[in-house]
Amino acid sequence: MMYGYTWDTSTPLTFALSILPILGIGLLVTLKAAAVGYAIALVLGLVLALLCRSKSRLISWTVTGFTEFVRDTPLLVQLFFLYYVLPEFGIVLPAFMTGALALGLQYSAYTSEVYRGGIGAIPRGQWEAATALNLTRLQVYRDIVVPQMIPRIVPALGNYLISMLKETPVLSVVTVLDMLGLANMIGERTFEYLVPLSMVGLIFLPMTFICSALVYMIERALPKSGIPLR
Amino acid sequence: MTSIIRFENVTKRFGALTVLDNFNFEVQRGEKVTLIGPSGSGKSTVLRILMTLEPFQEGLLEIDGISYHEPNGRGPFKASEKHLHKIRSNVGMVFQSFNLFPHMTVLRNIVEAPVAVLKMKRDEAESRATELLRMVDLYDKKDHFPSQLSGGQQQRVAIARALAMRPRVLLFDEPTSALDPQLVGEVLGVIRNLAQEHDLTMLLVTHEMRFAREVSDRVCFFDKGRIVEQGGPEQFFSNPQQPRTREFLSSFLGEQAPSRESLRRVQ
Repeated sequence: MMYGYTWDTSTPLTFALSILPILGIGLLVTLKAAAVGYAIALVLGLVLALLCRSKSRLISWTVTGFTEFVRDTPLLVQLFFLYYVLPEFGIVLPAFMTGALALGLQYSAYTSEVYRGGIGAIPRGQWEAATALNLTRLQVYRDIVVPQMIPRIVPALGNYLISMLKETPVLSVVTVLDMLGLANMIGERTFEYLVPLSMVGLIFLPMTFICSALVYMIERALPKSGIPLR
Repeated sequence: MTSIIRFENVTKRFGALTVLDNFNFEVQRGEKVTLIGPSGSGKSTVLRILMTLEPFQEGLLEIDGISYHEPNGRGPFKASEKHLHKIRSNVGMVFQSFNLFPHMTVLRNIVEAPVAVLKMKRDEAESRATELLRMVDLYDKKDHFPSQLSGGQQQRVAIARALAMRPRVLLFDEPTSALDPQLVGEVLGVIRNLAQEHDLTMLLVTHEMRFAREVSDRVCFFDKGRIVEQGGPEQFFSNPQQPRTREFLSSFLGEQAPSRESLRRVQ
């Protein structure tokens, strides 16, 4: 028994059905972690990509170094670092926030590359034309860069959403009770791992499928007339 | 007449390479000047400096009496963004590769800057854009995207887009070099009409010698970052003084000779 829920291990089917409500709680945590992590990745990635284009070498090199470091070290190591080392410096975050932050940081390094590519795909001539028309930097980004960049980057950003969703179970190693964490706990109580773990996998399947479909629909719906998408 | 553009001992370097060396050049208000010369001779650089696409290191450059550099200006342009903004409001540019914004319709391309920069009302900007599109004979393409137009049509839109900002100086950087030969004429036709405009100062970098002779008040021959020879088109083309000019013109006309048709079309 856990959180007042009981389960019935008599047959695999009844067992599976009886743990569903608990896994449902875990699913919410999983979705929340992915949502918060993805939001961080989208925003921070954009900030990193823009800083990387800074005219100041100090800024652009620091940012490049940071993204390279984050990309080239394992997520799990970063997660442990944030969870166990930050408190030594007096920064104590709840486990969930630490996990979401780790996901967001890791993926912001990836999304920043996507944004960078998207901005870089705007030919130099268009920047020059924009300068010749006396548009400000902000106007160039708002009216020229972003509208052309979005249809180009949505597929790649969508892939990272799905990939991140599938990586949320690592959060269970820092005591976050997501689906995997709960399934593991049920296994420990019942000595039955096959059913709970299979259920976790089975629940992920439709989630990632729905995500892919959503991304595809967004891709289709975006206005992209005239924009060369290679 | 007063000069609207004044280069005084301007030096421009790309790294170790000196593109313009103590360059002096003046353009009168309303004058149509053609810059010709071999590639790498610095003629496009003159336009790009005027458009603030390239900074220069030494010397003085003024447009309508305003210096490009500010006394305490910082950065490569030695001027604040605000100051550059003021300078650019006098100048427009037409590029070799058109550089239209591909995600905007023809009309949006023209309306964008007047609305964003000049703070013009959208319907006002659109009626002005309509006028300009009629002028370049492309009103029926106003809702098309650039990719649906031919190169010549795109370049005519680009000219309309530059004119929508009401520049006093309009720069043409090899406007027909990227075009198929049969499309060159329509673009030159538009430029020729513009050359009738009294107030508009035009600087044109081109390899269309026949056209240069026809529309310009003055032709300047560039070589190795200097103006080697300049003068009125008749005198310049019929009786060039410098050996380097003669050499260039003869090699050029030699190259052009097979395409008599293109010459006839320009006439």
